[in-house]
Amino acid sequence: MNENFQPRLDAVLAIVLVLGMALALYMALIGAPQETSSGMGDLQRIFYFHVPAGITGMTAFAVNFFASVAYVLRRNRRWDNLALSAAEVGVMFFAIVLITGPIWAKPAWFVWWTWSPRLTLSLILCLLYIAYLLIRNYIEDPEKKALVSAVFGIVAFADTPLVWFSIRWWRDIHPSPMLETGGLGRSMRPAFWICWAAFQVLFVFLLRRRYYLESMKCEMELLEREADAVH
Amino acid sequence: MAKIWAIFRKDLLIELRTKDTLNSMLFFGVVVLVIFNFALESLRDTIRSAVPGILWVSFAFSGTLGLNRMFAAEKENGCLQGLLMVPVDRGTIYFGKMLAATVFMLVTEAIIFVLSLVFFNLTVWGEIPYLILVFLLGTLGFTAVGTLLSAIAVNTKLREVLLPLILFPVILPILVNAVEATNIVLNTPDYSALRLPLTVMAVFTIVFGTISYLLFEHVLED
Repeated sequence: MNENFQPRLDAVLAIVLVLGMALALYMALIGAPQETSSGMGDLQRIFYFHVPAGITGMTAFAVNFFASVAYVLRRNRRWDNLALSAAEVGVMFFAIVLITGPIWAKPAWFVWWTWSPRLTLSLILCLLYIAYLLIRNYIEDPEKKALVSAVFGIVAFADTPLVWFSIRWWRDIHPSPMLETGGLGRSMRPAFWICWAAFQVLFVFLLRRRYYLESMKCEMELLEREADAVH
Repeated sequence: MAKIWAIFRKDLLIELRTKDTLNSMLFFGVVVLVIFNFALESLRDTIRSAVPGILWVSFAFSGTLGLNRMFAAEKENGCLQGLLMVPVDRGTIYFGKMLAATVFMLVTEAIIFVLSLVFFNLTVWGEIPYLILVFLLGTLGFTAVGTLLSAIAVNTKLREVLLPLILFPVILPILVNAVEATNIVLNTPDYSALRLPLTVMAVFTIVFGTISYLLFEHVLED
């Protein structure tokens, strides 16, 4: 058994996650006051899921990058397992961003989609990491797969700021970051931070589960190869 | 430097003898032009504003075809093994290959561009030096990351099919800026706006040239 498995920590995480998500749902849907200043009303509540998902997705891609660099330098399969897990979880969070975004945009902007810089960047990020997951499907040798996808992970992360610099002067109607501009009312902040924390816990939880799964797959592969060698 | 040149010369010689890659790149580029002509039928009167986009889609498609051939031919005949045994730094192979891909693309681009002048009835004279600069920078950025990703793609089961899937999301900054720069040259009087897209393209080329140089040896390992 892998020495990294910490079932007790996982159980604690699971409990925190369930309670945190329940609290986040309550705060976002009932606890936070209704938005009044721009007339969005309850529509604004999707913000509590949209923004934390975006931040978490970015965190996941950053984890993927550092794990990829570590793999190229250290060649330890654990780093590859971590990179893969982070990429998958990151794509999932960005799927949440790209689904909740249009749901909000249709009534607020009267269009599902617009090619504003933030929207374009989120879409491209999602495509880049789907490409990362795609490559992995088509390489058989596990060492080669790990190395090649680590290289692509580094390329994808380096590409992100360049994409942003290429498109940032496009007309942007996406709301600017609320926390920096102080656009988020004081009474809404607790709900936001609770949702943010709940998503972070979800991220850590999912990342750990996915990482275990991949480690077990690796062990399986190893054992199968040993068994083949014996016969 | 001489080693880079030797690898470049090898690819160029093979190409001059067979003309496989260039022919297919050129043909595909022209087909894309023709298809756009039908697809954008409704824009016939204002086609000049669409030409930068049409040109770069055509360049990118034919370039992808060329990049695919850069390693595929060597993989088929086991030549890659030979190339890897040559006692040179793997980064040298990268630059040689990148140089060859750049030259192939530039040749194709020049011909596609002249044909587009005919097809879309454009007149350009004073713009040509600026266009050369834009095409050169855009192509360098394209091949800088394209050569690395092409080496990745030949190692997979899907081979040629995979390259466009992984290349196009990464190449987006180059395409956006190249289209923007070409549009400034062709359709606006003020060229001072060129500085920004050209800078982004140059930064892209340097960043990915460096990353690819450093990582190339890992990709080619066997």
